[in-house]
Parts: sequence; structure tokens; C-alpha cells
Amino acid sequence: MRPLTEEETKTMFEKLSKYIGENIKLLVDRPDGTYCFRLHKDRVYYMSEKILKLATNISRDKLVSVGTCFGKFTKTSKFRLHITALDFLAPYAKGFGVAAKSTQECRRVDPMSIVVFHQADVGEFIRNEDTLT
Amino acid sequence: MAECNVDELLAKAQQDEAEKLRSITVHKELDLEFDVGNLLAIDNNRIETRDFKGQNKEEFLRSLARDNTQLLINEIWKLPTERVEEVIVAKLPEPTTLLPREKRPPKAKPATKWEQFAKLKGIQKKKKTNLVWDENAKEWRRRWGYKRVKDDTKEWLIEVPENADPNEDQFAKRVTAKKERVAKNELNRLRNIARSQKGKVPGVGLTPTAQQSKDDLGRAVTVAKTSTASMGRFQDRLPKEKPAKNMGKKRKFEPLIGDFSNERQKQLELLKVLGNKTPKLDITKAVNKQMREEDREEAAAKYRKGAGKKGRKGNNMSGKGKGKGGKGKGVKGKGGKPGGGGGGGGGGKKRSKAGKH
Repeated sequence: MRPLTEEETKTMFEKLSKYIGENIKLLVDRPDGTYCFRLHKDRVYYMSEKILKLATNISRDKLVSVGTCFGKFTKTSKFRLHITALDFLAPYAKGFGVAAKSTQECRRVDPMSIVVFHQADVGEFIRNEDTLT
Repeated sequence: MAECNVDELLAKAQQDEAEKLRSITVHKELDLEFDVGNLLAIDNNRIETRDFKGQNKEEFLRSLARDNTQLLINEIWKLPTERVEEVIVAKLPEPTTLLPREKRPPKAKPATKWEQFAKLKGIQKKKKTNLVWDENAKEWRRRWGYKRVKDDTKEWLIEVPENADPNEDQFAKRVTAKKERVAKNELNRLRNIARSQKGKVPGVGLTPTAQQSKDDLGRAVTVAKTSTASMGRFQDRLPKEKPAKNMGKKRKFEPLIGDFSNERQKQLELLKVLGNKTPKLDITKAVNKQMREEDREEAAAKYRKGAGKKGRKGNNMSGKGKGKGGKGKGVKGKGGKPGGGGGGGGGGKKRSKAGKH
């Protein structure tokens, strides 16, 4: 396990900002405790410092996972975000939607066709309670 | 008088006999334990301290030793004998007493790379038969060695594979491949030995193996470059060769549990910088995009022209505004399919093309 280097943090934040925009600082700087990102075997884990300190007692080859996995760095140092990060990204998401066409189709389509369905997810009614009615 | 003599003689004779017998028979309360293989006799009989205390200590000990040695030799005579060069020799049995080791027991050898892997994966050694049935020769042939079953070197015909250079010598290729395999095996064997004896092995890439990857070669080049008196500072570089990145020095990372607030500060600053940055204009991408757009427009214009001409001809014939319809179709497409041209070129004929647009 090790903290991320500058470049790794940069690539990761760039990816995250595509989904939650500016709210990354709410992940970095939390009022309810110090949370940090750590890298273990090319995967980025998000955990509280308490868990981190406990995890230092486990040897590297026996350590499987710490906290929540946000994603991993590929062999060519690109950051791939994983579904396990959804819990943390959901509160700050810029928008929700379901893709209407596959990735390949989306590329070939004309400007007027539908690519995303804005179907409400379960939490949206609660999140936007004030604004909906 | 004669009687006295006879009695005396008899007594003397008896005494002599007794003496003789005494010399080979020994009376012991407890029998001795023998380990004839080691020529060992153990006497557990009690020794009277009386015999020891007296003046004839030496006498007593000598007689004791003599008796015990006699008994041991009696045991040896019981063994099967043979005659070797006019000497009677007895064959000693295996020794029964366990003697302690002279030297320490040897340490277990460390497992080789393959043995470690096999243990990890649970691969068992499969015993292979030495002889294999050869269908062609209809007899049993060795699996390897002289007159083996599949002997590559005996082939007089090797097909050139499709993707290979026709001028390449396939036979020589086989020979060199074999040599490289042998060298690789040798290297691995030496590496195993070095590892077990914790010796020094030349680093990666310096001893060539069969297939060297790009990084291996790169590493070998940098090692060769830096092995000069001035650590490679005055070595010439090829025209397009880039100066090597820092190789060999271990990457240093921040400590795992560093200063959390410091870490947070750095990340927030990074975020601020990311936020302020204007979207980068990737020049090559932008230029390529622009060029593609221009090409597309040119192609579209061409088809428009072609379609227009043909459409006009068709118009004269049919009098319908087919040409314009055809033109529209042509422009919309990616320029690859002359949909418009086809439509216009129909020239009055109705042609509905359900092509991909």
C-alpha cells in the first residue's frame, strides 16, 4: 500500500470530476473524519485513517482490500472507475441516466437520436424533494 | 614308588589339560554382549572391590582383559571363514551399535524456481518411460538421445511457414534456436546455483536469452552505457535516442501514514489547479479533425456536382425534380456511398435506396 503520486492523483481526479464535477473536495476534506486514498496493487482504495492504521498490520501479499475500491490504474496508467465507487459518487453526481445505446452505436449515430434515458433512480425523488413539488 | 609316579603323572597331565582348557574357556557369571561388526564386547559383570584394593591391581586388570578378549575371539571364530591368500579371514557381520555422526547433517537445499512453482501449483512429477513405440520404425525407440523417436535434426525437408522470409535458412534457424535454448537452460541452472549459494548473478539483460524484450534490451543498453569510468556521462548517443530516464534508483514514495493534513492540502491545491485550467487544445487532434471535416466537405461537393449533372440530364428526360432529391441524399451521406449520384443517375427511373446513412 502506498499513497498516490502527483500524476496518479491528477489522473484520478480528472476522471472523478467528469462525474461529480467540483465536489471532489467534499470527498477529500470530510467533516466527519480524515479519509484518504491509498494504492494497493494498482487499485485505489478510499478509507478512513482508522482503517488505514489497522490495515498496516497486514502483510502486503495477504492484504486483499481496504475500505472501498474506487477503481484501478491500468497497465498504461489510465484510471478506470469501478461500480464500487457509486456509493460515494451518488450524492454529488452531476446527473443520472441510463444509456439507451451501446458505446459503439453512440459513436455512429446522428445528432438527433436519443442516447440517454433520464429515468429516475430510486434516490432522486428524495434528493430533489424540495425542487420537484 | 611307581604308584606315586603314576599318580603324580596323572595329576600333572590333568593339570596340563585344565590349563589348556582354561586358556580358551572363560567362566563369567553374566554373558557378555557382543557387537562383532565393531569388534566390541561389553562385560556387565560385577567387579569385586577386594580385587582392586589389593596389591595385584595390574594383575587383576590384565587377567580381566585377557579373559574378555578370549571370549571376543571365540565369537569371531564362530563366524563363517574364508581363505584369502593363505590367511584365514572371518567375515564380520553388520555392526549393530549406532555411532554418532562425524559431521553435521547437511542443510536442505533451497528449492529451485521450478520446484517452488510446482509446489505452489501442486504439480506432481510424472514418471516417463524411457522407451516409446515408434510407429514408423515399428520398434521401441528412446524418448531422447541417440536414435530417438522425434529427431528434428534428421529431417531433410522443412516447410517454410507462410509468414517467414523465403530466403531464410530454416535449417540454420533450427540449429540456432536449439543453441539458444541450451544457453538459456544453462543460464537458469547457474542462476539456481547462485541463488542457493547467495552468489552474485549478472543482472537482467546482460546475459542474452532467446527472446529479449524491448525493456530487457533497453536495460542492457543503459547498463553498458553507464559502465565506463565517468558513469556514461561522455558516451555518444544515436541521433534520435532520448536520454535514459532514471533507471536503477528505487522510486521513492510518500510514507504510508504521512501527515494527513499536509496530504489534504496538496490534494485541494491540485483540485484548484485542475478547476482553473482552461480545456487544453490538443493541436494534433484539432488539426486532424479540421482536415477530416474539409475532406468530407470536398467529397460531398464532388458528389453534389456529379449528382447535379446527371440529375439535370434526367430532368430533361423526365421533367421531374428528381435531381434535387438525389443531391440531398448525396450530401447527407458520409460521402462514401454515392446515394445521390445513384438516385440522380437513374435518370427518371424511380429508385429508392434504403442505404445506410
